[in-house]
Amino acid sequence: MKQVITLKVNGDSYSLAVEPSRSLNEVLREDLNLTGTKLGCGDGDCGACTVLVNGRSVSSCLTLAVSVDGKDITTVEGLASGEDLHPIQEAFIEHGAIQCGFCSAGMEMSALNLLNQNPEPTDEEIRQAISGNLCRCTGYYKIVDAIGAAAKKMNTKKTKKN
Amino acid sequence: MQEFSVVGTNVTRTHVRDKAVGVAQYTDDIKLPGMLHGRTLRSPYPHARILSIDTSKAKALKGVKCVITSEDIPKVKFGNWRLFPETQDEYVLAVDKVRFIGDEVAAVAAIDRDIAQEALSLIKVEYEQLPASFNIETSIAEGAPIIHDPYPNNISIHRRVKHGDLEKALAESYYVREDVFTVHSIYPAYMEPCSAVANVDYDGRITLWTSTQTPYIVQCLLASTLGMRENDVRVIKPHLGGGFGAKMELRKWDFCAAFMAKKTGKPVKFTLDRVEDFEVGRRRHPMKLYSKIGFTKNGMLTAKDLQIYLDGGAYNAMGPTATFLCGNYGLMLYRYPAYRFHGQHVYTNKPPASAIRGFGSPQSTFCTESQMNIAAEEMGIDPIDLRLKNAVREGDVIPELSKIGSCGFAECLEKVAKMSNFREKRKHPVKGRGVGIGCYSFISGGVFNWFDTQYPFTATEVRVFADGTAHVLSMASDIGQGSDTVIPQILAEELGLRMEDIRVTTADTAMTPQADLGSWGSRVTLMAGNATIDAARKIKEILFGAVMAHFNFNVIHDLECKGGRIYSKGRPDKVLTFGEAVAVAQKFNRGEPIVVRGSYTPRGKGLVTPAFSFGAQVAEVEVDKKTGIVDLKKMYTAHDCGTLIHPQSVEGQLDGSIQMSVGYALSEQFVEKDGKTLNTTFLDYKMPGALDMCESEHTCVITYEKEGPMGAKEAGEGLTSPTAPAIADAVYDATGYRCKDLPITPEKVLKNKKKF
Repeated sequence: MKQVITLKVNGDSYSLAVEPSRSLNEVLREDLNLTGTKLGCGDGDCGACTVLVNGRSVSSCLTLAVSVDGKDITTVEGLASGEDLHPIQEAFIEHGAIQCGFCSAGMEMSALNLLNQNPEPTDEEIRQAISGNLCRCTGYYKIVDAIGAAAKKMNTKKTKKN
Repeated sequence: MQEFSVVGTNVTRTHVRDKAVGVAQYTDDIKLPGMLHGRTLRSPYPHARILSIDTSKAKALKGVKCVITSEDIPKVKFGNWRLFPETQDEYVLAVDKVRFIGDEVAAVAAIDRDIAQEALSLIKVEYEQLPASFNIETSIAEGAPIIHDPYPNNISIHRRVKHGDLEKALAESYYVREDVFTVHSIYPAYMEPCSAVANVDYDGRITLWTSTQTPYIVQCLLASTLGMRENDVRVIKPHLGGGFGAKMELRKWDFCAAFMAKKTGKPVKFTLDRVEDFEVGRRRHPMKLYSKIGFTKNGMLTAKDLQIYLDGGAYNAMGPTATFLCGNYGLMLYRYPAYRFHGQHVYTNKPPASAIRGFGSPQSTFCTESQMNIAAEEMGIDPIDLRLKNAVREGDVIPELSKIGSCGFAECLEKVAKMSNFREKRKHPVKGRGVGIGCYSFISGGVFNWFDTQYPFTATEVRVFADGTAHVLSMASDIGQGSDTVIPQILAEELGLRMEDIRVTTADTAMTPQADLGSWGSRVTLMAGNATIDAARKIKEILFGAVMAHFNFNVIHDLECKGGRIYSKGRPDKVLTFGEAVAVAQKFNRGEPIVVRGSYTPRGKGLVTPAFSFGAQVAEVEVDKKTGIVDLKKMYTAHDCGTLIHPQSVEGQLDGSIQMSVGYALSEQFVEKDGKTLNTTFLDYKMPGALDMCESEHTCVITYEKEGPMGAKEAGEGLTSPTAPAIADAVYDATGYRCKDLPITPEKVLKNKKKF
């Protein structure tokens, strides 16, 4: 029996009737057409489906949609504002952190989760933060560089605002 | 050396913004109105005869729109080696027999995935189990179960290479070394599971979006299995989430999606779940390698006798090419006065192995390089010196096979020795620590036409416009490696335009030139790059003629295309912008658009490749005495890929290659029992994560390859080869355990360590 839930995704509210067995990943990709969030394994092992729920990262493939009723969800589509990319996205592009791009959304969300909590992470802390996100193209080197560079960009922005 | 303005710079990669913001569309992101979802019923047995299949209950399930077995579809065998039809050994759905756990038996399309899945459980298949074989030894043994009737000894391919008098050379050798190596399979672990979406129009034509590296091959083989004409099938590669060689064939879900779309009149999507992908996705060949090498007293190689058995699994897939290639890799690094190779592709009742990054090289090179390290130690020669004595050099001829063009191998060896301080570290050993070395040589595309295409090996279409822009169309497939960036870079360079002036369309068989066998064997930069230059030169011929006539230049003037302008070198004041020149040229031709086609086919390049790349790698490890765990401290790499078209992408390829090869050497393997793959999740399949990666330092030895576009050749694939032998050598240096059967697990280290 379907349940009616409200999801606030990237600032927009959606009322949806969903089966209790449906994952947040299915609802985002299939019902809301937010296909930027990928499904890499369905087991919570690869991190490609990472999104933020109330500011903290989760595997959307393991999260039931009904369990996040009323919560704030941020997906990769919520990072850029119009043509202005998020500093994390800019850094991923500049540092060659994106090759095939399939892990990128999840990587970026894990990076955001990290930088929200730790604005000046060390390389080791970055590696720890993306240890649940698998990538087969980059060996992670340029991703680690990009996240470090994004941290600097975000801190500079903050300083400017202050 | 040429001077470049676009080539050699890190321009922003094509489509990278789309990927960063999440709008880049991959196959599974496609959703069409009325789309059905497909699932596949797979064999639970490694080898069995199918006695009967009853689909009636599945067909009756509400929401099920189509159920097919081999009885419903054309019984056509397929495979990539069209030149030799006897190698085409797969049916889309099993006819009479299944040959591995996961072999496709039936397919269902339903209004949602769950219903399709439920329908599978309602299909009743009656099997008679047959004896099965799970390794090379049991498959080639007397009385082994016959997996394919035409091959009673289970060997489907023989490949032989021979030059020189091997027996004599070995007999006269001062030192002869004979070893047996065993290497295992790995999962390619592309992050995007395989996926296909088919749509059919009411004129009967099919469009298939599929996660493939080879849209043209899929188009041809899909047409032949459907009994349709090639031009009635359109194959489009959307963004691809990695392939690593495993996505270069027609796969059965491609066919099932297309066939059921035609039957139901609705779009049909198949996306494999990860467990399924682990079970039936293409994987690397396990091999057993017997190698005998001889040396003179002063360390010059005299001969090599190499025998390789490839564990191909249940079907040929790209095994024939792997059999061919691993024999070539056996002689691409060093000078062998005599060489003999015999490769045999063996059927087993396991998932088919195929082309996984390196394509026979990681296995063959593990053997070559491990044996060089063993020989160096036994002969008391520094392993780098031994290599330098025997290294191939520019201009070397590999008898009857090929000729080496640009070659930075010796320089790579010197550089990596210096970077890693290899010789010093060997002289002053530290307990529990070790350094080791491995090298590689790789192809920049193959030259053998097993697909039997009547087209050139690759072709590029270029259109230019009066607004100063150009549009390049190519079947080359960007699978993450960056060909959608490299091709326009080469075009921009040749036409004197900027990246933002070039539109690129690739990998759509209805739009982009046929020919081009896709992205594999590191063929794209060299082949599609050369075709792009060919097209650009044709464009320049047209534009230069128009500009000459427009300014009424004396015919002796030499024109140039640079900075978006076309002018005479002798009269730089007489200038047209690129767009103006296009407009003039078009008017000369009464309005006809300017469209040209360039192509490339390697001719007279022997039987291996048009260009060889090289590299050397040193691994530094620390081994834990109590646990046997190998802690990889650092990898040092020096490689020669000719001109770097996009340096950042070359680095990225190298980085990724190290990750894949560290996994191959230390942690990745399939756990199998009676033909069943037991570790089918990323939790159980130990692929290196961010915390598992070591420090890495690398440098490029710059050469200029005459056969390559603007001097470029292969990058990033050959590098999957030296890592495992380098790590194995470092582990030996640290522990006294010489690994000859990958992977190097802690158990093996503890059991075999001699030092400590």
